[in-house]
Amino acid sequence: MRALGHVFKYGDNVDTDVIIPARYLNSFDGKELASHAMVDIDPEFAKKVQPGDLIVANKNFGCGSSREHAPLCLKEAGVSCVIAETFARIFYRNAINIGLPIIECPEAARGIEAGDEVEVDFDSGKIYNRTKGTEFQGQAFPEFMQKLIAAGGLVNYTNNKRK
Amino acid sequence: MGMTMTQKILAAHAGLDSVVPGQLIEAKLDVVMANDITGPMAVPVFNQMADKVFDKEKVVLVPDHFTPNKDIKSAENSKSIREFSKCQCLKHYFEIGQMGIEHAILPEKGIVVAGECIIGADSHTCTYGALGAFSTGVGTTDIATGMATGELWFKVPSAIKFVLSGKPSKYVSGKDIILHIIGRIGVDGALYKSMEFVGDGIQYLSMDDRFTMANMAIEAGAKNGIFPVDEKAENYMKEHSDKEYTIYTADDDAQYDEVVEVDLSKVRPTVAFPHLPGNAHTIDEIETMEPIKIDQVVIGSCTNGRMEDMRRAAAVLKGHKVHPDVRALVIPATQKIYLQCIEEGIVTTFIEAGCAFNTPSCGPCMGGHMGVMAAGEKCVSTTNRNFVGRMGHVDSLIYLASPEVAAASAIAGCIANPEKVGDK
Repeated sequence: MRALGHVFKYGDNVDTDVIIPARYLNSFDGKELASHAMVDIDPEFAKKVQPGDLIVANKNFGCGSSREHAPLCLKEAGVSCVIAETFARIFYRNAINIGLPIIECPEAARGIEAGDEVEVDFDSGKIYNRTKGTEFQGQAFPEFMQKLIAAGGLVNYTNNKRK
Repeated sequence: MGMTMTQKILAAHAGLDSVVPGQLIEAKLDVVMANDITGPMAVPVFNQMADKVFDKEKVVLVPDHFTPNKDIKSAENSKSIREFSKCQCLKHYFEIGQMGIEHAILPEKGIVVAGECIIGADSHTCTYGALGAFSTGVGTTDIATGMATGELWFKVPSAIKFVLSGKPSKYVSGKDIILHIIGRIGVDGALYKSMEFVGDGIQYLSMDDRFTMANMAIEAGAKNGIFPVDEKAENYMKEHSDKEYTIYTADDDAQYDEVVEVDLSKVRPTVAFPHLPGNAHTIDEIETMEPIKIDQVVIGSCTNGRMEDMRRAAAVLKGHKVHPDVRALVIPATQKIYLQCIEEGIVTTFIEAGCAFNTPSCGPCMGGHMGVMAAGEKCVSTTNRNFVGRMGHVDSLIYLASPEVAAASAIAGCIANPEKVGDK
């Protein structure tokens, strides 16, 4: 499994209120949420994002509320992977549970700029910056989470276990 | 190796003698809670896994965010969890009229007690750590899984120990202490970790102070915040709950990543400036700045909408008038608190001062309704987040503060020190 696309770059503490503001939370329709993704930090994002594109950010990405609408709107907008120095813990769980790949890698977060073309190999955790010709080793998912992702998320994982 | 309080609760709920930080476990859940934003999204996910909830007394639904319904879509969402609650025969569903903000009403109704393992599809679920429970926020898929199976996977957290000493001064409450702490460690200072509060200073903190502090553990990135169970906590649970509770204490040789000392006697009234809860300034620093004129004050929320918060704000406002340029909104967190405000004459104080006194709701905290801001407006709010656009327009500003600082600011029309308002 891999991701390939161009990068949207953000800073520290990108919170769930800017990823998907509460005024849109009266819906949980993925496509509708995707049309408002990142609107309060980057009003052009939803118009510009192409399937496969990546988000790269610094510390504490996804801090704030428990709204699963946040990873969902990014996934539905076509984001193939989020790379950050660190993630807020609820966002981390939610992203994995719905199958949005996320990788912690401080070096990549520093060495990738907006617009770079980046490829991620999820099996090895390797991140290639094709634009700059650099490579980073991201944290691969622990075995438990790989099983969960391989099952297609927590719902299937739970159903498999209960069979 | 010794365990922290949180690790002991998790070990017990995973059926293990001991756990270590980083270990992945599956733990049994005592309470699984969702609201009118996360609940409706969880219902279709739940339906993929089960027909019946694992325990109809342990699954709790509270329509509190966009209620009383702010628009048609919100009404449809509320309807879906109302119907789900009826169909599943849930014991704890709180309709408008009995409803309170989730993190105020669950302790008040005795649904959560010490020693339990609790998840809620709301990030401020960490509030119940004030009672000595392990309690954490999760998303929709996790909550649906919890509703179906009564179990969830967790990574055992390491912990930071906060040693509280000394007695806070008159106008310093739990809000000032937690803003001070987040100001010191940063909004990711406790990322993935437990915040375990200990020390002699805890005896001076009321249960409402502790709920406020545990509530904002998430604003430092923590998985949970937790207090030891002392006589005050036991008395609270005996008064509010019939449930049996279990007291866990950290081992003497428990390992902590860090120990942070906090002298409560030195904490000053503290305000978090836009756009992070960690952007803390003391009232003394603020008094040296140009006055920060404000348009709105909000007193309420899961952080500061409890009875003591109402009393503290009213004591400052009594005999004063809200500044003509300010809209002051007071929102008690539950119906019980609402009624008690009437009985104690506090509502009269608020209304005579020129405040709006509203029905329980999360309301303006997340920019839902009942106090959304326009471009360029500033608000002093007792809520928990001051992110960009949180309370409305992307160009509006939120300053987080205690009920007393909020009340003093409502009178002055700018951020103000409650110590200097003076009695009338």
